[in-house]
Amino acid sequence: MADPRLLAATLADAVAEARTIAVGTNSPIPAAAALLAQRRAGQGVTVSILGSARHNPFPDGGRELFDFAGQGRLDAFFLGGGQIDGDGNVNLVRAGEVRFPGSYGSAYLMALVPNIVLFREEHSPRVLVRRVEFISAAGRPRRLVTGRAVFGFEDGGFVLRSAHPGESEEGIRTETGFTFATDPGFGPTPEPSALDLEWLAGPIADDLAQTYPRFAQTLRGSHAPTA
Amino acid sequence: MPPRLAPLAALIPDGALLAIPPDYSGVALRATLELIRQGRRHLRLVTAPTSGLQADLLIGAGLVDEVETAGLSLGEFGGAPRFAAACKAGTLTVRDATCPAIHAGFQAAEKGVPFLPLRGILGSDLLAHRPDWKVVQNPMTEGADPIVLVPAIRPDVALFHVALADRQGNVWVGMRRELATLAHASARTLVTAETIHPGNLLDDPLLAPGTLPHLYVDHVVPTPHGTWPLPLLDRTPGDRVALAEYAKAARTEAGFAALLARWLDG
Repeated sequence: MADPRLLAATLADAVAEARTIAVGTNSPIPAAAALLAQRRAGQGVTVSILGSARHNPFPDGGRELFDFAGQGRLDAFFLGGGQIDGDGNVNLVRAGEVRFPGSYGSAYLMALVPNIVLFREEHSPRVLVRRVEFISAAGRPRRLVTGRAVFGFEDGGFVLRSAHPGESEEGIRTETGFTFATDPGFGPTPEPSALDLEWLAGPIADDLAQTYPRFAQTLRGSHAPTA
Repeated sequence: MPPRLAPLAALIPDGALLAIPPDYSGVALRATLELIRQGRRHLRLVTAPTSGLQADLLIGAGLVDEVETAGLSLGEFGGAPRFAAACKAGTLTVRDATCPAIHAGFQAAEKGVPFLPLRGILGSDLLAHRPDWKVVQNPMTEGADPIVLVPAIRPDVALFHVALADRQGNVWVGMRRELATLAHASARTLVTAETIHPGNLLDDPLLAPGTLPHLYVDHVVPTPHGTWPLPLLDRTPGDRVALAEYAKAARTEAGFAALLARWLDG
């Protein structure tokens, strides 16, 4: 599996323009990415992390985030998926006999947030499929980041932009169930900067300790986990 | 188990539509164990808008026929194992939703209107599985503008835990306003409270805006550590050892039964 710090830095790149970023349920790496994007920007970026007492700008309860997004005020949101297909559709409900947790806010937020970043660490034909078995949210992502690669989304299809260390275009094609184009500028995914790493292991790990204690420990460790 | 939890749980009848909050909000877990001990049956759960351990316990213990939810998982501890098992066995009806649709359903109920319109959702297969959600043309405009209507959700009972309650029956929910919305929408609201506030919560201008008035609260039982092993906001940390133990044990029916028996004894 890819280094979570590389993934966080890559996801932070994907929301670099956003002034308001929200992170949903069970999303430790996107949460780190949102806080990293906030630190890189210096000021003016507001981050909402579900389940965090510290990063909750919505005192009006669970509905406020959705009302905020419904008005078009939310710039960026991260979405995962049990399955993701080549049209950018996301399935959080079921595959075969396997039940997934459910659609959460995806059906709504995919339609209303301008910058939807899809993130799934597992990059395999099992997850990245030709066609999802259930459309939780109809595809309109801006980007897809996995444990192997970064894709853009143009004209209704994914375009391979970069490969993480140790991955190749050919290998990525083998591990992907949908077809995709390759960007003319395709190259290696940039590594996190020294300052990124310092922030992730220090203040960002501290910030996330209440919501994601296990992950915060991982970020603090001097070595990447082998999980 | 505080003795007064038994009469509280007894107020939730067989077959009730029971509304519960997400794991991060304020879960009346001890009261939930009492409900399991009493052997309630045929509950219909609605999660506001998601759940985790609480729903998984109720499903695993066989209390639930149907659940409406936007998501059910144990978060950092993985999927909700008894929920997944019940889905596979076909013993549970799942009404899949999305978070804002459940919020809007409660908001419609608290306004006393039959439905609310909601953007998004178009293109999702959720629509095909929710015949009670309707797509209509926006009547306020000439141009084509389809929009989803979601029906009001009116639970029979809402059950949750708060940090503070007073002797007048007011309860403090703070920023967890979804608990207030739940109470507004539900016919009956049952609350367990971590501590009792000495004065009247509505008399304190700093606490009053985060207070759910007694008008909506039917029953409050002081219950220290009432969310155990779940956290209570940032006031009570979760018992991560117990949560990890649950996630592991509940992978099998036998493991779940053994752990539940221990928790019911505790």
